[in-house]
Amino acid sequence: MIKAEKLSKSYNGIPAVHQLSFEVARGENLILLGTSGCGKTTTLRMINRLIEPDQGTVYLDGKDIREGEPETLRRKIGYVLQNHGLFPHYTVAENVEIVPRLLKWNTKQVQARTEELFGKLGLDLSLLKKHPAALSGGQQQRVGLARALMADPPVLLMDEPFGALDSITRIGIRKEFLELDELQKKTIIMVTHDIQEAFEMGDRICLMDKGRIMQLGSPEQLLFEPANDFVKEFLKQQHLHLELKVLKVRGRSAWNMMDELGSEALRNLLNDYKS
Amino acid sequence: MQEGVSVWQFMAQQSGQLIRQTWTHLGLTLISLILAILIAVPLGVFISRRKRFAGLVLGFAGILQTIPSIALLGVMIPFLGIGPKPAIIALFLYALLPIVRNTYTGITEVDAAVKDAAKGMGMSKWQILTKVEFPLAFPVLMAGIRTATVINVGVATLAAYIAAGGLGEFIFGGIALNNSNMILAGAIPAALLAILLDVLLSVAQKFSLKRVRLVYVFLPFCILLLCSFYLLPSRIGGRMLAGFTPEFMGREDGYLGLKKVYGLNMETVVISDAMKYKAAFEGKLDVIDGYSTDGRLKAFDLVTLIDDKFIFPPYYAAPVVRQDILQRYPLLEGILNRLSGLISDQEMTSLNYRVDKLHESPEKVAHDFLTSKKLLQSDKSGPSGVIRIGSKVFGEQYILAQMYKMLIESGSNLTVETKTGLGGTKICFDALNNKQIDFYPEYTGTGFLVLLKPSKLLIFRLTKDKNAVYTYVQKEFSEKYNLKWLKPIGFNNSYALMMRRGQAQKLSIKSISDLTNHLKQN
Ligand SMILES: Nc1ncnc2c1ncn2[C@@H]1O[C@H](COP(=O)(O)OP(=O)(O)O)[C@@H](O)[C@H]1O
Ligand SMILES: [Mg+2]
Repeated sequence: MIKAEKLSKSYNGIPAVHQLSFEVARGENLILLGTSGCGKTTTLRMINRLIEPDQGTVYLDGKDIREGEPETLRRKIGYVLQNHGLFPHYTVAENVEIVPRLLKWNTKQVQARTEELFGKLGLDLSLLKKHPAALSGGQQQRVGLARALMADPPVLLMDEPFGALDSITRIGIRKEFLELDELQKKTIIMVTHDIQEAFEMGDRICLMDKGRIMQLGSPEQLLFEPANDFVKEFLKQQHLHLELKVLKVRGRSAWNMMDELGSEALRNLLNDYKS
Repeated sequence: MQEGVSVWQFMAQQSGQLIRQTWTHLGLTLISLILAILIAVPLGVFISRRKRFAGLVLGFAGILQTIPSIALLGVMIPFLGIGPKPAIIALFLYALLPIVRNTYTGITEVDAAVKDAAKGMGMSKWQILTKVEFPLAFPVLMAGIRTATVINVGVATLAAYIAAGGLGEFIFGGIALNNSNMILAGAIPAALLAILLDVLLSVAQKFSLKRVRLVYVFLPFCILLLCSFYLLPSRIGGRMLAGFTPEFMGREDGYLGLKKVYGLNMETVVISDAMKYKAAFEGKLDVIDGYSTDGRLKAFDLVTLIDDKFIFPPYYAAPVVRQDILQRYPLLEGILNRLSGLISDQEMTSLNYRVDKLHESPEKVAHDFLTSKKLLQSDKSGPSGVIRIGSKVFGEQYILAQMYKMLIESGSNLTVETKTGLGGTKICFDALNNKQIDFYPEYTGTGFLVLLKPSKLLIFRLTKDKNAVYTYVQKEFSEKYNLKWLKPIGFNNSYALMMRRGQAQKLSIKSISDLTNHLKQN
C-alpha cells in the first residue's frame, strides 16, 4: 500500500531523516517509535507531502506520490495531529465538513456521514453546534479523528494523536480506537514516543534513532529478537510489562485481561497457561 | 469673532461651511484609508510569506510614519501640486504601517497547528488564506485599520495647509484668529468623526469572516472608495485660483472684505502660510495673500497688487517708546527718528530676504544698510545709561532692533540691551507697560486692531486713510498708556494680494480692481 524508499531530509546540513525505507501493507498499523527529535514527524509528513524529501520516493498503491497535485493527495489521506488542529473559528460541524466540502459532497451525504461517525466515536450530536474551545480535551481529539475520517480515506496518518491528553483519558481513548471498526480496515501510520502505546496499537513497530531505523518488526520481534543494543536498552525498563502485553492468551492480550478481570483471575489464567 | 457667541451658535451660523469641511474631511480620510487597505493588506500577506522582506517593509513603513506631516506635505507639492491629491497620498503613507504591521502579525500568529491541519487536509494556499488565516487574523487586522483611521482623521486636519480642505480650515483659521469658537467648530466634529468611525469599525471587527467570500468584503470597499471622491471639492478648471491662509479667509480686512468691497469672485482654496509662496511660484496658485515686506516676495519673484479701495489697514512700522524714557534721555527721540521715512516696501523686502532666505545675520544686514545710508558717524555725547529694546520673533523685527541698537550706540553714550524674541504682540506690549523694555517697533495696524480693539465702524472709517490710523493710535497710546509712537519708518507691512510678476505683467494687473475686472471679463 505505502512504500517509502531511501527517504532523506536534512535541515541546515543536519540530517533529520536518513535513508529511510519501509513498507506498510493494506490494513496494517505501523508505529513510528522513538525519542523526541529522532525524525518521526518528518518521516510522517513526507508521506502527505507536507515536507518534500531531499532524496528518495514514496509510493502509494505503486504510484509515485509526486505525480499529482499535493492537495489531491492530501484529501485522500487522513491526518490527525497532536494538538488536534481544529479551526477555532469553525463550529464542530463546520470542522468535520471541511474535507467533504473540498470534495464537493452534497449536504445530505455530509450530514449522514457526520451522524454515522459521531455515533461510532461516541460523540453527542449536540456538540456539532459548539466551537472547539467549548469541548474537553478528549472530545477535541475525537472530533479531530472524526474530521480525518469523514471522507473515509484509505490511509490515516496520526502524529502523537493522544500526546496532549492526560494519562487516564489517553488509555480510554486508545482502547476505543482499537475497537473502532472504521480503523480496522485502514492503513495507519502512527507516530508516538510512548512505548506502551506502540506495543498496544502497532501491528509492526519501526523504532527510530537519529533519523535511522533501529529495528522494524512486530512487537514480539522487538522484544524477543532485538536487532542491536539500542533496541535492548530502549525496551529494558518496561520489559516485563511489555511481555505481558505481547503475551496472547487465546488471541487476547494478557495485560488487557488483567485489566478486565483483576490480578486474581490473571493468576489463574497464567497457571492455566503454564500447565 | 463676536463676543458671547457660543460654539453651537457659531456652528449653526457656519453650518454650510461646517458640512462642506466635514464631508471633505471624511472623503480624504476614507479614500486614503481604503487605498492603504488595498495596498497594505496584500503587502502584509506577502511579508508573512517571505519573512526576509518583513524587516525591510516594516522598517520602511515605520520611517514614513516618523516624517513630520507638514514636511511630507511640503515635499509633495513639486510633484503633485496642491489640493486633495498630495493630501491623500500623505495620509495613505501614514496609514500603511499600522495596517501592514497588523496584517503581518495577525497572520503570523495564527496557530501553526491549525495552518498545518488546513494544509494536511488538502486546502489550497488561497483557501488557507481566505478561510483560515484571514478570518483568524481579522480582529488584529481590524485593530490596525482602526489605528490608521484615527491617525488619519487627525492628520487630515493638516490637509487645510495645502488647499485640500477639511476641518483643518476651521481649526487653523481659529488658531490664527485667536477665535476659540472657530477652533472648536473644527475640533469637535473631527473628534466625533474619529469616534464614529472607530465605533463603526469596532462593530465590523466582530463580524465573522469565515463564510464570507472575499469579493463581498472588497466590493463595499471599492464602492465606498468611488463614493468618497464625490466628497472632495470639485477640481478647479482653467480659471485663476487663489490660495489664502485660514486667518485671511476669516478676516474682515481679508477675504471677507475682498468680496464685499471689491466684489472679488474667484476660485479660492485654503492653504498654509508656509506653502503658499512656493505654490504660487510654481503656478499652482495665481493669487495669494501675504505681507507686503515679506522676504519671500523677492525669493519667489512675486509682486503685490495695489489696494486701491483701501480694505487692508495700514501697517506702518514705528518705534513705540515709553514717555518717561524719552524725558530721561531727550536725545533718544532724535536718534530713533533718523530711520523715519527711510525704508521703503521694496527695501524692507530686500533686507528681509537677506535674513530669511539667504540666512545672513540681522546684525550684518542692519549694519550694511546703515553704512550705505551713512548713518553710522560716531558722535558720542549725552549721558550714559542702558536702553532695552524689545522685538517680536521674526526677521524684520530683529533687523529693526539691530538698526536701533547701532544708531543709539554710535550716536550717544547710551548702551543697548536687546530683548529679541518676545513672542508676539501682547508679550512685547506687556513688557513695555511693565517697564521691562523701553521701546519696540510696532505696526500701526496691530496697535489699532489688536491692542486698541476698535469698533467695526471705526475700523471702516479709519482704514481708508493711511494717516488716520497713525494719528489715532498715537493719540490713544499717549492718553491710555503713556507711550509715544515716533515717526513711521516708511514701509507699510500690510496685508496684500500677490501674483507672479510675469503673469501680472502679461495680464497688466496692477491693482486689486484690475484683478476683479480681469476675472469679470473672462
Ligand atoms: N523545520 C525545521 N527546521 C529545522 N530543523 C527541523 C525542522 N523540523 C525538524 N527539524 C529537526 O529535525 C529533527 C527531527 O525532527 P522531528 O521529525 O520533528 O522529530 P520527532 O517528531 O521525532 O520529535 C529534529 O532534530 C528537529 O530539530
Ligand atoms: Mg514529532
